[in-house]
Amino acid sequence: MVLESLEREGVDTMFGYPGGVVLPLYDTLPQFPGIRHVLVRHEQGAAHMADGYARASGRLGVCLGTSGPGATNLVTGITTSWMDSTPVLALTGNVARTLLGRDGFQEADITGITHSITKHNYLVMQASEIPLAMREAVHIATTGRPGPVLVDIPKDVFQEEAEFYWPEHLSLRGYKPTTEGHDGMIKRAAALIDQAKRPIIIAGHGVIWGEAQKELVELAEKAQIPVITTFLGISGFPENHVLSYGWLGMHGMFYANMAADAADVVIGIGMRFDDRAMGRFKDFNPNAKIVHIDIDPAEIGKNFATAVPIVGDVKRVLPKITDHVQHGVRTDWLRWIDQVREEHPSLHIRESRRMLPQYVVRTLYEETQGNATIVTGVGQHQMWAGQHYFYNKPRQLISSGGLGTMGFELPAAIGAQMALPNEEIWAICGDGSFQMNIQEMAVLVDEGLPVKMAIFNNGYLGMIRQWQQLFYDKNYSSCGITQPDFCKLADAYGIRALRVETKAEVPLAIKEAREYKGPILLDFQIDQEENVWPMVPAGASLAETIEQPAEELAR
Amino acid sequence: MSTATTNSNGRARAGSHTVVAIVEDKPGVLMRVASLFRRRGFNIESLTVGHSEEKGLSRMTILVDGEGAPIEQVEKQLYKLIDVVKVSDLSNEEMIPRELALIKVRANNVNRHELLDIANVFRADVVDIATSSLILQVVGDETKIDGLIKMLEPYGIRELSRTGRIAMVRGAKTTTVHEREPEKIREIHERAGRRVEGRELPFSSD
Repeated sequence: MVLESLEREGVDTMFGYPGGVVLPLYDTLPQFPGIRHVLVRHEQGAAHMADGYARASGRLGVCLGTSGPGATNLVTGITTSWMDSTPVLALTGNVARTLLGRDGFQEADITGITHSITKHNYLVMQASEIPLAMREAVHIATTGRPGPVLVDIPKDVFQEEAEFYWPEHLSLRGYKPTTEGHDGMIKRAAALIDQAKRPIIIAGHGVIWGEAQKELVELAEKAQIPVITTFLGISGFPENHVLSYGWLGMHGMFYANMAADAADVVIGIGMRFDDRAMGRFKDFNPNAKIVHIDIDPAEIGKNFATAVPIVGDVKRVLPKITDHVQHGVRTDWLRWIDQVREEHPSLHIRESRRMLPQYVVRTLYEETQGNATIVTGVGQHQMWAGQHYFYNKPRQLISSGGLGTMGFELPAAIGAQMALPNEEIWAICGDGSFQMNIQEMAVLVDEGLPVKMAIFNNGYLGMIRQWQQLFYDKNYSSCGITQPDFCKLADAYGIRALRVETKAEVPLAIKEAREYKGPILLDFQIDQEENVWPMVPAGASLAETIEQPAEELAR
Repeated sequence: MSTATTNSNGRARAGSHTVVAIVEDKPGVLMRVASLFRRRGFNIESLTVGHSEEKGLSRMTILVDGEGAPIEQVEKQLYKLIDVVKVSDLSNEEMIPRELALIKVRANNVNRHELLDIANVFRADVVDIATSSLILQVVGDETKIDGLIKMLEPYGIRELSRTGRIAMVRGAKTTTVHEREPEKIREIHERAGRRVEGRELPFSSD
């Protein structure tokens, strides 16, 4: 029933791990050759793989775990999807109905646990209800603002016989996403943009999920509005476009932060005015009027008072605004930002004999001609990957933004490679982050996936070290990290590996990895004490962005 | 529990809101709502659930402390729950807020009459009587019930149970999902063999 439903929804890949109560499902798996099941090594990996699959393809990702620990291991991955609004269907087994609520072996109240981290969840108590629950779950996960949905099925419900009835039409009276946008508000937004002298667009993840890159470019070009993105919005607007001014936030570009702070109208598109992007809320550009376009009405007015709220699908709303706005000429404003960028380039990589991480990312960008899909973990390497690679195609950067889940890179890269078998996928890994889901290397071998892993190895939990250096008086507490020999470890899994120790070897190693057909791990021994700049200290406003201090530049 | 939050004409005082949520009558829906309030830091003063006029839908009346969170966010977050069909904030409407209380109070031959007098003033019913106690049932807004409690306190309240607020907007306006069509109502009357004329349906008497 479950697999039949998945097949009807067009699911061709799922990531899972068997266990006692889901054995009935695994028993029928061979009858569904259209569904490729990827056996993971830890359920957290399955959830991230489903997420990576969804982010790379724009389609639903599916993961599966057994009851109890299998289900709770999915939780971190589900929360990651929840925070970044990605469509993931998590399936879990549970103990038989008669044991539910009696603390049976491997029982966990996973629907209770996941209430606040799923868009919706189901505990299916009759086999006959499985198709409807599955269909609703997929519908809810993939429409409106996407998000994870969990379906929990007790073991004896899997085994129960029932007639398969596929509901063609759904009627969810409590779920009707608004997509069109209010015409009056759209006109008001256009009028506000026309009057603005210094408007700026902040484009978020919603532009990517709404597949609205083209529509965004048209609006920006017609009205001549500079575009910055949030971290997750990277690749939603081509970074080689003349109106692209990078991304804003805690480690965003200096000029992007200054532009957001100096703007008179801020147009937030498919984004949620998050604290990491906006800095201290109460001091974010008090003069700006905010136009906020988002498909989730609850995001509007959550953190900032909004002058013009528009609830709708960005792909439908943007062309309407473009129709109404006048052709703009904003030479002075663009020149002002250009000048800030000249004076504070942010992305300049200084000459150094050391293997600077920024240099590694930039070299990767040059070697791949900007065509690779980059998947990152969380930490310093994530920020460098966001800053020094340039993304023009939507979905080119895959990263855990909202939740900041370390250990995301390897499984998400596996999911991405499953979705896009012909794309070049690079997992940029932190030495700490990588170790959180290191076991999934086995999946690369199982599935023969040519993921390239680049470990940024500085022997520290780098972001922790950076904060301790800057804000805790260099009290380096629990941030030095002992590591296995990553190359030997890869070797043990049967994966090729190269240790890269000098700057000169960097381009050669990347070339070699690109030519190699299978999975390969590069262990970059990067400079140990390099920090991520610019930086908005936690709790500061965007206007207080700090650049790399002179003494560090001299290193 | 709930404190006095209304003035005499039934309008909520600033800071407190009466939110009505029409929700699917499904297992776990109460937990979803309660969990949402906890997660977002909204304060519930009282929450009352029961059936609505439509099968399969329940009506929750939630008294929210609006100072903790903007009421607009409360409504929007509620709407995000798939099982929530409709949300209305009644605070700016002329509404009838009601609460029911059962109060078990000490009583003896000497003061029983006084107690009955008090009950009379508050239009409270005596629903149980014993040699040393009696149970009063009172319906009204919170102020009225608070008032009665205050009067009864000197006699010794042994047990108190209050329902929390339910509310309805005055006049023809409703907070339902969709009203039954007059056609359906006509059918019901016709089935019962009652003659139906005009559009003023339903009748209070035939």
